[in-house]
Amino acid sequence: MSFVTIFYGISFYVATLILFIGLAYRIYEYSIIPAPLKIPTPPAPKTKKGVAVRLFREVVFFESLFSATKWTWLFGWLFHFALLLAALRHLRYFTDPVWFWVSWEIVQAAGHYAGYMMVFGLIGLLGRRIFVDRVRYISNPSDYLMLILIISIALTGLLMKWFHTDIYAVKMFFVGLMYFQWSELPSDFILLLHLSLVLLLMIIFPYSKLLHAPGLFFSPTRNQPDNARDQRHISDWAKKLESKK
Amino acid sequence: MAVKEFEKPILKEYSPIPKLVEQATSHLAPFKSKEDFQKSLGYPGELVDNWQEVALGKMGDLLKKYRSLRVYMDSCIQCGACTDKCHYYLGTKDPNNMPVGRQNLMRGVYRKHFTLPGKFFPKLVGAVDLTKEVLDDWYSYYHQCSQCRRCAVFCPIGIDTAEISMAAREIMDSVGVGQKYCNEIIGKVHKIGNNLGLPKPALADTLEGLEEDVEEDIGVDVKFPLDVKGADVLLITPSADFFAEPHVDGLIGYAKVFHQAGISWTLSSHASEAANFGMFIGSYDNMRKLALRIREAALDLGVKRIVFGECGHAWRVAYSFLNTLAGPFDFLDPRYPVPQHICEVTHDLINKNVLQFDKSANDGKIITFHDSCNVARASNMGDIIGGQFSLPRDIIKATTNNFYDMDDETIMEKTFCCGGGGGLLTDDLIELRMKGAQPRMEALKRVVEDHGVTHMAAICAICKSQFSKAFQYYGFELDQIISLHQLVGDALIMNKKEL
Ligand code: SF4
Ligand code: SF4
Repeated sequence: MSFVTIFYGISFYVATLILFIGLAYRIYEYSIIPAPLKIPTPPAPKTKKGVAVRLFREVVFFESLFSATKWTWLFGWLFHFALLLAALRHLRYFTDPVWFWVSWEIVQAAGHYAGYMMVFGLIGLLGRRIFVDRVRYISNPSDYLMLILIISIALTGLLMKWFHTDIYAVKMFFVGLMYFQWSELPSDFILLLHLSLVLLLMIIFPYSKLLHAPGLFFSPTRNQPDNARDQRHISDWAKKLESKK
Repeated sequence: MAVKEFEKPILKEYSPIPKLVEQATSHLAPFKSKEDFQKSLGYPGELVDNWQEVALGKMGDLLKKYRSLRVYMDSCIQCGACTDKCHYYLGTKDPNNMPVGRQNLMRGVYRKHFTLPGKFFPKLVGAVDLTKEVLDDWYSYYHQCSQCRRCAVFCPIGIDTAEISMAAREIMDSVGVGQKYCNEIIGKVHKIGNNLGLPKPALADTLEGLEEDVEEDIGVDVKFPLDVKGADVLLITPSADFFAEPHVDGLIGYAKVFHQAGISWTLSSHASEAANFGMFIGSYDNMRKLALRIREAALDLGVKRIVFGECGHAWRVAYSFLNTLAGPFDFLDPRYPVPQHICEVTHDLINKNVLQFDKSANDGKIITFHDSCNVARASNMGDIIGGQFSLPRDIIKATTNNFYDMDDETIMEKTFCCGGGGGLLTDDLIELRMKGAQPRMEALKRVVEDHGVTHMAAICAICKSQFSKAFQYYGFELDQIISLHQLVGDALIMNKKEL
């Protein structure tokens, strides 16, 4: 077993633990903090089903962002959609035998072209950060670095089209990690760079603004049904105030 | 203390998004609350010695009590979608008045003290210590937010800057830095029952005067009852309705509606205030205490329904929070929602043909309608989605012949704040108020020019007061702002049988 394989093998275990435990812990934290008051924004659905529809539309279409600014919506939506397509393409590295629909030509091709779409969207977002004075004002170094990190992941991924790597060996490496039967990881530079950047992204996810992903589902302005008059909504800590008197 | 002169904004046809000007309104901050006002609300009288420790402790506490605060501190993508959505940014150009800029004043401290990256790499993520300068910035800019939630409508995550302003104000109160205007007023309600500090005899006098005026005016003996046990409806209305113009014409309108519909009603001297400034300072405790006065009054008078008059944030507290704060209201008539808005009552009576109107009484006026933020973005009416927009408009259309809406981008859930909400309706913030009114004034100017609009109707006491000032400032007439129920009262055909 080469040093590279051992190093990346362990790193992926650690990063996966940080990502999943970190995220699970955040979600746990969010779920135990009460929302003591009803604060949904309009147009607020009256029922839980309505809330599900609203969240679906926010997650899939970025509806609020669309009404706010078309450029940010366009770049942001393209990037996220491309991310989804690329992720689906990558499933072939983690499923053995590969799920039948993952190997479909259309899924694989879409995943590939999504790489370009992703870079396009991200550069658009970066451009806004640099050229729109208001967005520049609020941007911290981490905001630029985050974009650059994801652009680099996409670019190194795309580069592998020209700098070939033994993708079957890569697949066996990941499947091996999943079933605890390790196998060698090819030590091609671009591949290792791609994987290193992905590792970094996994580690910072639960500690960064990437928490907007779970955050949206816990956002009281979006996830509460508007039924304050029909149902008494009261948090535990507020209840205690009542028994005091 | 005189307020500094400031440059008057020019109303344009369509203002482009302004280029930011750093520190443009860093000099603005409301007067600080005096020691006795602070103490009467249970806060320290002045900045405590170990204020940093206390403030961070309070912040940690709020992060565990309010999911909104915690999730919103973590989840902002710094995408900038909200940056041009705040009327205060549009009016002042100060980047700390961009919603995300305002949030970041707290987010920096949150990152430094409550997150790992902020502890280890403060520069990278914009984490800062809670220094005296930061506290001063908080005081200044968290009092340049009217908690109107316009930003929350546009944010992809639904981040509501109002939640953050409220938390900031509560943290500041907990270390002894409170705002005079709000805290003085809350103290008055705790003691006397209304924002004006108007005791029962004076209130009774005022109402009697109103009865005489109306009788003289239309020859109908419309009552303004106070503390009448056994009345059906308890009316809770902002105390400005008792005195101020154009508010009082709204109150006369409600009274005429009740009279004509034959609904017995009463005001309460114990709960003679709809406003609940406890919300503005983010204090659940104070908000709850104020809300409980309404419950007490309803129980004491033995009413069957609670109806709220025209007041924006009061309706938010009433519609969205009252059941939480002071419920359950199972002792009231279950056929009616608790509480109801006066617009819901009037709308319902119109639908049932109980009220008849002579629209020509309002023919001298061409009307537009200002959606008040707290009604538009934090409540509802009539239990249909969007009822808070359609009910008032239906009423206007039933009582007048000429109605034109302002631009779509400036009404309904996208409405612009009047510039004076959120506990900022004080003369020490007049510069902010006038600059913050600019987007609304521009939208108004367009309908004035395009459709000859003569009057703007509103259903919020703060909006009405603020517009009275802003209209004069921007070259409109003071009396062009009216209460929605003035239109109702003026057009309502009254039964004169009692004479
Ligand atoms: S729109 Fe929301 S996520 Fe974007 S910068 Fe503003 S507050 Fe942050
Ligand atoms: S709540 Fe209103 S006033 Fe406050 S930041 Fe948002 S848009 Fe501005």
